[in-house]
Amino acid sequence: MPAANKRVRIRIAVNGTPRELEIEARRLLVEVLREDLDLTGTHIGCDTTYCGACTVLLNGRNVKSCTVFAVQADGGEITTVEGLEKDGKLDAVQEAFAECHGLQCGYCTPGFLMSTRALLSRVAHPTDAQIRKGIAGNTCRCTGYQNIFKAVRAAAGAAGK
Amino acid sequence: MLGELGEEAKVLAGGQSLIPLMKLRLARPSALVDLNHIPRTAYIETQNGHVRIGAMTRHADIEDSPAAACIPILHDCAAGIADAQVRNMGTIGGSVAEADPHGDWAPVLMALGAEVECIGPGGARTVPVSQFIKDAFSTVLGPADLVREIRVPNAGPRSAGAYVAFKRCAPVYPTASAAVEVKMLDDDFCQDAKVVLGSVGLTPVVVAEAASALRGQAITPHAIRRAAEAAMSAADPQADLRGSVEYKRLLVGVLTERALLAALARARGERVEVAHEYAGR
Repeated sequence: MPAANKRVRIRIAVNGTPRELEIEARRLLVEVLREDLDLTGTHIGCDTTYCGACTVLLNGRNVKSCTVFAVQADGGEITTVEGLEKDGKLDAVQEAFAECHGLQCGYCTPGFLMSTRALLSRVAHPTDAQIRKGIAGNTCRCTGYQNIFKAVRAAAGAAGK
Repeated sequence: MLGELGEEAKVLAGGQSLIPLMKLRLARPSALVDLNHIPRTAYIETQNGHVRIGAMTRHADIEDSPAAACIPILHDCAAGIADAQVRNMGTIGGSVAEADPHGDWAPVLMALGAEVECIGPGGARTVPVSQFIKDAFSTVLGPADLVREIRVPNAGPRSAGAYVAFKRCAPVYPTASAAVEVKMLDDDFCQDAKVVLGSVGLTPVVVAEAASALRGQAITPHAIRRAAEAAMSAADPQADLRGSVEYKRLLVGVLTERALLAALARARGERVEVAHEYAGR
């Protein structure tokens, strides 16, 4: 059997829930999240490390889950877009995107939300340049960047209150 | 383990180049050996101005490190590689071992005179980055060898560098880049200089004539112009979707000049921020 099909046991915490999975070594984190755990909020866009639609947090940092083998995440904590909402209340970042209309078709939105969350967790009050740099790894093909940018700014403002 | 798996096996560091290459079927390794769970492979240690960076250190950790605050060219490079997501996974050891002609680290480390410590069945050896990279995607590493550490020497007082790259948007490799390191005698006279270009040759291009245009000279706009022109002639770019040969040559001149001005100002003790330049900004 090729090494890639060998089944490997991994332990990951997804949105706070510990999970033990037996998966083929070749599988990507995004596939395991979507297909095995049914967390389809994380999208696959380009599948070549460009667009950022698949962005999730791995140990608090934003990564492109289409470019991480699930076995690389073993022992780690993963937050997907489904994990942003707490006790039925949207995260400040989600509120701001809704408020500022920071989405058009919505396909890229989960990725933008996760990159914004990672940025604001690291820098509570980012400058405009830091915002641009923080979300530069996410692509919106509707090109709705103006409102996305406003939403990130608003989320930073709301977090400061 | 690598010895047993044979030449078609590959090691997986951050995976930010290897995984896309595998998806595009440009790489088809027979097996992958994951380095991500090996302890004590990610670190940045500074001693007497020398910096040692573990191979599995992520670009984002270098960007935020005290070492990069002291040696700003490390920050210029680390902070500009691809985007935040890639910087959180990608490693300096992986970037150097990949030896992609468009990689950011190689020209910077060559300008700094850095070395790579390699380990393998034959033991450890230390090789200057300039000799470590043999050709595009080719290094001195044998099939069972690994990069353990990158070592950056202490450049001494009145030394500084800067790295400026131009790219079309964040997630892509640069169209061209220039790494400059200068050592000054005083505010005006240059004792030594190095100019290394990225993305405009199969390996980083060391511009010997730019160094001689500056070494032992008073730094005047004329000397800077001569160094930039030397960089333009030394560049050996390929025409592709990123631009024509002529365009890339002109770009190299501009980037060299900008990196040089930033390095000179830093050597005088000024705080200068440079970053990867994007199209349309």
